[in-house]
Amino acid sequence: MRGLERRDVMLLVIVAVMTLFAPIILNPFPANSAMAQFNAGYPDLMQRFVIFGIFAIGFNILFGLTGYLSFGHAAFLGVGSYSAVWMFKLLGFNIIPAILLSVVVAGLFSVVIGYISLRRSGIYFSILTLAFAQMSFALAYSVLGNPALINLTNGETGLQVYPSDPQVLHGASAPNVTNLFGLEMRQTCEVKLGGTASGLSGCDTHMLPGAFGETFWAFDFNAGYYVCAVLMLIVFYLSIRIFRSPFGMMLRAVKSNQQRLNYTGLNPRPYTLAAFVISGMYAGLAGGLMASMDPLAGAERMQWTASGEVVLMTILGGAGTLIGPVLGAGFIKYFENIFSKINDGVLHSWFAFMPEGLENLFVTLLHPFVGKGWHLTLGILFMLVVIFLPGGLVEGGQRIGRFAFRRRNRKGGEAEAEAARKQPAE
Amino acid sequence: MGILEVKGVNKRFGGLQALGDVNLSVQENSVHAIIGPNGAGKSTLLNCLVGKLIPDSGSVMFDGQSVLGRKPHEINQMGISRVFQTPEIFADLSVLENVLIPCFARRDGAFRMHAYETVANERELRDMALHMLEDVNMHDKRRMLAGSLSRGDKRRLEMAMCLVQSPRLLLLDEPTAGMARADTNNTIDLLKEIHAKHDITMCIIEHDMNVVFSLAQRITVLAQGTPLVEDVPDRIKGHPKVREAYLGEAQV
Repeated sequence: MRGLERRDVMLLVIVAVMTLFAPIILNPFPANSAMAQFNAGYPDLMQRFVIFGIFAIGFNILFGLTGYLSFGHAAFLGVGSYSAVWMFKLLGFNIIPAILLSVVVAGLFSVVIGYISLRRSGIYFSILTLAFAQMSFALAYSVLGNPALINLTNGETGLQVYPSDPQVLHGASAPNVTNLFGLEMRQTCEVKLGGTASGLSGCDTHMLPGAFGETFWAFDFNAGYYVCAVLMLIVFYLSIRIFRSPFGMMLRAVKSNQQRLNYTGLNPRPYTLAAFVISGMYAGLAGGLMASMDPLAGAERMQWTASGEVVLMTILGGAGTLIGPVLGAGFIKYFENIFSKINDGVLHSWFAFMPEGLENLFVTLLHPFVGKGWHLTLGILFMLVVIFLPGGLVEGGQRIGRFAFRRRNRKGGEAEAEAARKQPAE
Repeated sequence: MGILEVKGVNKRFGGLQALGDVNLSVQENSVHAIIGPNGAGKSTLLNCLVGKLIPDSGSVMFDGQSVLGRKPHEINQMGISRVFQTPEIFADLSVLENVLIPCFARRDGAFRMHAYETVANERELRDMALHMLEDVNMHDKRRMLAGSLSRGDKRRLEMAMCLVQSPRLLLLDEPTAGMARADTNNTIDLLKEIHAKHDITMCIIEHDMNVVFSLAQRITVLAQGTPLVEDVPDRIKGHPKVREAYLGEAQV
């Protein structure tokens, strides 16, 4: 493909296939089996996978390439969300203007924050971005949400669309939910495979009824997910282009040796600022998409924990690699949504085959790590990855690949080594 | 008029007069060495030339233009490249990329938003970089990580990074510091070769005067922030003032 090397095209194709077939890949267990709770193929979660994937891909352009660790990227996400909801309020429920404005506003916002924060590097840069993000959070939460003065954010209630809003471009026949030229984001077609015949409605279809007895699989094909997925593929392609461009090379040089860069006649400041703004725009796009899937924007989206999450995603997946951030985002969101659903009842049903004393022992032992304790499991996994796989999940994939194929004489390409073989595990 | 003219440069750090009324003139296409014992102000002088320090008074003219008040990257764009005491390279990048970056800097200036182009498609610059690597006998190492090179190779790479920009003046800060005798000789040979091949003006800061005798056409001896003498190497060797400066140091 234009401008890409073969292995990058391969990676892009693999990611494209995985995202397009995600509703099937993520629902491998029959819907009426005990394992069904590990299915992640429901629209809400799939949307979050790709939206946070976009967020992390953008964050990686800054952190992975230049090494500048921003602790305030959630601010851009929040700004993107607020902008999008304002577009819904003022213009109407079409998501195109909302997404465009969220990217533009987040970009402008990141120019200001980046210009100031990038005067320092290392820990001071991180602290500056953190301070800016917390200031934005405070502004959104209280100051700008004050109905008496100027109400941009609607404070702790969160910004939402009311029937009294102008919505000047809202046509008489347009749906009253977020849509793309009439295609509702929440529209979902279910494909049922196997099982017994059922009453179908709308675009639902039933394939091979009765072929697997009572067992059946259900796959949800959601319009909103596919909008997000297509946008993620576009921005993923752009991120590959940036990684392979002279600009990307300069960003890696910034991380490697800024002194040398200075004495080579290059000014690191505009390079880092450009990377900061690009990653801010990615975050804005993610925020805009979040609001497009569910037209609500709250200040908590800007809080420092949200900024920390994208740092975790990027490091867990593999900072500085192409696919790592997407993997990390998928991994964390999967844990957050699936692992947290396992409660004691589920544990008991798993260990029901054991004698009761043993069953209770196992349930007690596992109890702190599942359900509300999913953070504990994630923390342990994060520590293991950072200690044993400093390159993140991508490095793990590379090691498995090397072990499996016994490809040893690859010294040559190591300098430019990228995670071209790793597949996304969304 | 030399290509580099330093006139009456003073630099003071608190109570210490690091540079006192330094005058220096480097002729085009010559090799000029600045030697002196420890603490003579050699590095301070160099830092004033590349924009890292700003002198309290005096002027530094390069090719008729003042370099004072300009940032390091601007001074590099004027045509001054610098080799550091310990090689400064992009350790996390490949050897080829290390040489490509200065090529881009020379062609595109201090900043260009070339985010939608591809490094692999820059045939001209790649050829230029590969040619440079052949010149310093590092062509077969082009895919290696620069950080994994031996120290001697890092030095060669840094030279290549400077030379590929075809600078008008190459500043070298103690290029043989901390090297074994054999490595020192190799570096001197490399510098001679470079001077012969590229016809380039060089200014070498050096502590060890034996290093520069076979290399430099003119030598300035610096002691306690002021130039003692400036002459051809043969006359510097036996100069009483120079002996005093160095022997005085040796007795301490």
